[in-house]
Amino acid sequence: MVARGSQVSRSWHLALDDLSRGWKQRALWGHLGWQDIKQRYRRSVLGPLWITISMAVTAIALGVLYAGLFGNPIERQLPYILVGFVVWAFIGGCITEGSTVFISNAGLIKHLPAPVSVHVFRLIWRQVLFFAHNLVVYVVMFAVFPQPLGLGSLLVFPAFALLIANGMWVALLIGIVSTRFRDLPPVTQSVVQLMFFLTPIVWIYEDLQNSDNAAIRDRARFAELNPFLHFLETIRRPLLGQSFELRHWVVVLVITVIGWALALVVMRNYRSRVSYWV
Amino acid sequence: MVSIRVRSASVDFPIFDAKSRSLKTTVLGVVGGRIGANASRVVVVKALQDIDLDLDHGARVALIGHNGAGKSTLLRLLSGIYEPTSGTAEVTGRVAPVFDLAVGMDPEISGLDNIMIRGLFLGMTHEQMQERVDDIAEFTELGDYLRMPIRTYSTGMRVRLALGVVTSIDPEILLLDEGIGAVDAAFLRKARKRLTDLVDRSGLLVLASHSDELLRELCDTAIWLDHGQIRQQGPLEPVLEAYKNRPGGR
Repeated sequence: MVARGSQVSRSWHLALDDLSRGWKQRALWGHLGWQDIKQRYRRSVLGPLWITISMAVTAIALGVLYAGLFGNPIERQLPYILVGFVVWAFIGGCITEGSTVFISNAGLIKHLPAPVSVHVFRLIWRQVLFFAHNLVVYVVMFAVFPQPLGLGSLLVFPAFALLIANGMWVALLIGIVSTRFRDLPPVTQSVVQLMFFLTPIVWIYEDLQNSDNAAIRDRARFAELNPFLHFLETIRRPLLGQSFELRHWVVVLVITVIGWALALVVMRNYRSRVSYWV
Repeated sequence: MVSIRVRSASVDFPIFDAKSRSLKTTVLGVVGGRIGANASRVVVVKALQDIDLDLDHGARVALIGHNGAGKSTLLRLLSGIYEPTSGTAEVTGRVAPVFDLAVGMDPEISGLDNIMIRGLFLGMTHEQMQERVDDIAEFTELGDYLRMPIRTYSTGMRVRLALGVVTSIDPEILLLDEGIGAVDAAFLRKARKRLTDLVDRSGLLVLASHSDELLRELCDTAIWLDHGQIRQQGPLEPVLEAYKNRPGGR
């Protein structure tokens, strides 16, 4: 049963309904997400592993380079960079692909009625599958450089769940807004690239915090203003067997709540416009 | 119960030129203000205006009108793809649309995958579609072609596939766009039986087409759309006649 019109289109009920109907259609987006992965395997032996391989090669090269530049032992620098790359691939993927999630599905949106959230679920699911592929890198790395994992390492699961929840609202929000304003996708791309350098992925944040140079210690604190640092740390620390830091989790939780609130407002007001704008 | 209730529904498309689709101009326009850079000054195409429509179980409706009269937009409104910009559209029943067939699907996927995806979109489960694949394969007569990527399909073959899917899933409201005229006469006879059976059993059919033959085969009433408004509505033949005798018509 569908009851829609200009007055009723903008309602919290319909926004939430879109999300819950989207979730119920998991057979659909599950299938489409797999399809996206299978598509990469088609006519290619390694398929999506190519992305993993090229990422691993870059990470290893940077690991060796920065270990040398910073004078860090390779067994410390390399795992740090590799885990950072794997997590960043997910974050960057959700954001950049999120900006085109509706634009690139214009055909489907205009031809088959479905909740708009279906396309977002599909995107996040695909990114989760890519993440699973990339975990191969972690496993290989772990075999070469074992990490001191403990019970605290189990925190990686809630951390990743939170990351997924955030990927979802980011893709919904950026997806809807950039369907209306078409210069957002290229802007998003540049910003994501910039954030890669501003976030401690190739450089080790703690080393700067504990630097002998007081000026550098002071400046390092600014890195805490970068929300991506906190997301990264909630996952990287458990994977490298480092201690639990409460503040990262607090920041992530706060961002999750605020982000979803924002995304829901945009969903409420502009969900029904997506099919007009694509 | 299957029904369609549309009350003074309008569909306005905003046409963003490059200028207003850019965030920069909107922001600058707001900040600078008053140079006529009003962000809401977007050209609007009124695709449908004040549509009132009541359709119930068993209705077999033809949509006629010239190109751009709003036939496809009305079908999309009824399918729920577009929500009306004003007024209401209340559609009760399971909707299965078959629109422009050239787009919307990844051309690299196989016919079988296409069947699965269409089915899932229309609310079926994996298992339900697995059960129906043989039936669809038989009905569409596509045979081994079902394993080929759909980029190798002709338009007629795509229509067969899409019709096969929608008629196999027992929908209540069938919305067909003109593309279905692309199939050959023999297949159309076969499809006609399935379509009319479907409508008799459970639902209603709305078909947009320029082919009188096709419309006479499948429909008994008609709606003549003109510039986004309903010009005439009633039994098929008189409306078809009026449409043909319109000034500037043939």
